[in-house]
Amino acid sequence: MIHFKNVVKNFRKARVLDGINLDIQIGERVALIGSNGAGKTTLIRCLLGEYTHDGEVTIDQLDPRSNRTKVLGNIGFVPQLPPPLKMPVGQLINFSASLCGTDPQRIHEIAKRLGLDIDAILARQFVRLSGGMKQKLLIAIALGRNAKVLVMDEPAANLDPEARKIFFDLLAERQHEVTMIISSHRLDEVSSLVNRVIEMDLGKVVLDDRVADDVSLSGLLACRIVVKRIEPAFAKAISAWKFTELDGGLAWEGKIASADRLRFHGMVARYIALISDISLNEEAN
Amino acid sequence: MKQLWLTAKLDIVESLRARWFQIYTLVFGGIVALLFLFGLTESRVLGFIGLSRLLVTYIQLTMAILPIFVLITTVRSVAGDREAGVFEYLLSLPVSLSAWFWGKIVGRYIVVFLPVFLAMLAAVGWASIQNIEIPWEMFTYYTALLAVMAMCFLGIGMLISAVARTTDMAQGAAFLVWLTFLLFLDLILLGVMIQGKVAPEFAVTLALANPLQVFRTAALALFDPQLIVLGPSAYVILDLFGTEGYKLFALVYPATLGILSASVGYFLFRRGDLP
Repeated sequence: MIHFKNVVKNFRKARVLDGINLDIQIGERVALIGSNGAGKTTLIRCLLGEYTHDGEVTIDQLDPRSNRTKVLGNIGFVPQLPPPLKMPVGQLINFSASLCGTDPQRIHEIAKRLGLDIDAILARQFVRLSGGMKQKLLIAIALGRNAKVLVMDEPAANLDPEARKIFFDLLAERQHEVTMIISSHRLDEVSSLVNRVIEMDLGKVVLDDRVADDVSLSGLLACRIVVKRIEPAFAKAISAWKFTELDGGLAWEGKIASADRLRFHGMVARYIALISDISLNEEAN
Repeated sequence: MKQLWLTAKLDIVESLRARWFQIYTLVFGGIVALLFLFGLTESRVLGFIGLSRLLVTYIQLTMAILPIFVLITTVRSVAGDREAGVFEYLLSLPVSLSAWFWGKIVGRYIVVFLPVFLAMLAAVGWASIQNIEIPWEMFTYYTALLAVMAMCFLGIGMLISAVARTTDMAQGAAFLVWLTFLLFLDLILLGVMIQGKVAPEFAVTLALANPLQVFRTAALALFDPQLIVLGPSAYVILDLFGTEGYKLFALVYPATLGILSASVGYFLFRRGDLP
């Protein structure tokens, strides 16, 4: 489906992509990882037909540069940094929907599912939204159409746990019909979302590995944590995951998205000395 | 065509909310208001009185302000959008490059030309209320002159934006272009000619190639058909074109220059990296 053949990209004398060869099939969920400057963004821009390059990039045998409207009509893209657009949210949605041939209501519905009060912000300038709101809206625009490929650069970075849970559900709904490329500089951010990991370094693919696809994108984990004493910092952190307080703050219960477990463990690890008991149980779907 | 209009509309909405547009509108609206306030319609210079006097002054002021304003704001917003990641996102949507580039030009042209034209239209409206005679021929020609002036500098601005990779570089280049045009206005040309360093024909050719000078001469031609204030170069110009011919040249040449610059800009834009 997606084919990179000996792709080379130079910026003046610097070689940013150095002979990339990759084949990505439909239904694959790829984590594109690597440190800053590894070439992830450049590779994505080549895939979107935004950069000229040597070698060949095709999506369904079509070059994204010379068949822009046809190819990009099938790609939903979420950038890492939201663009500073001054236009109102409503116009951005209508503009994108009109170009992509989709109904703006589909975007509205997904935005609402992500917890965005879309009707209240339609007239507000996009640039004036909070980081999380911008991210939700860009995700809604990418998912609110019949895209065959989703290219997302740190898509969940600015989302709260609840929105992340819904985001994973949205991805799960389409995981068999779309190809996902999720870029991140940290594997733990995206590992539970993917079934293939491609690591880049200095413009080359240094690791290309299939990973066990055991984690369900839409699954939930019931969690119970008991702490030794009441600690306001922990209470604040766990409340952000929508946990319920029990025993006057000595025990906490809640549910986390299965795909979010690594991130959750990361948060819990910060308070490990405080925790006397923890349990995580997969809930039946 | 739908994509082009969508892009144009997008650019219009973005511009209407930008600070530069508010200042731009205020400047041109303010000029007309001030000219009325200072009673310019009552004064008499070179035999001109009433609205024609106001229009002559307005076009002279516009010629000084519009080119640099259009150049700087165009390159700032286009190169700035590229740097800020606006291109990366919007060009990931299924819009053709031609619709994007020309749509941006159409949208920007509307926001650049409309305030200048509306300010002049307001002057005409006010004059008709005040029973001041309206020189329609002059109004029509000045409108056309403003339209091609905006087109010319917008095209050059888009070319600079396509070439320069950073906002700073684009701004510097825009300023340099404007400065070059300014340096080759008739006074400097005359100075060079007086020193006898260049052939008069060459100096006149330079004057005819400089869009700023073309606009100036065309605006002068309306109230000074013999171009007496231009001195000896007027003979060459009038010999070559005649008064009407020169007025036509002043519309066709800058418009062609603008469209040509924009076309070269488009060619470079679609050939290179987009964001």
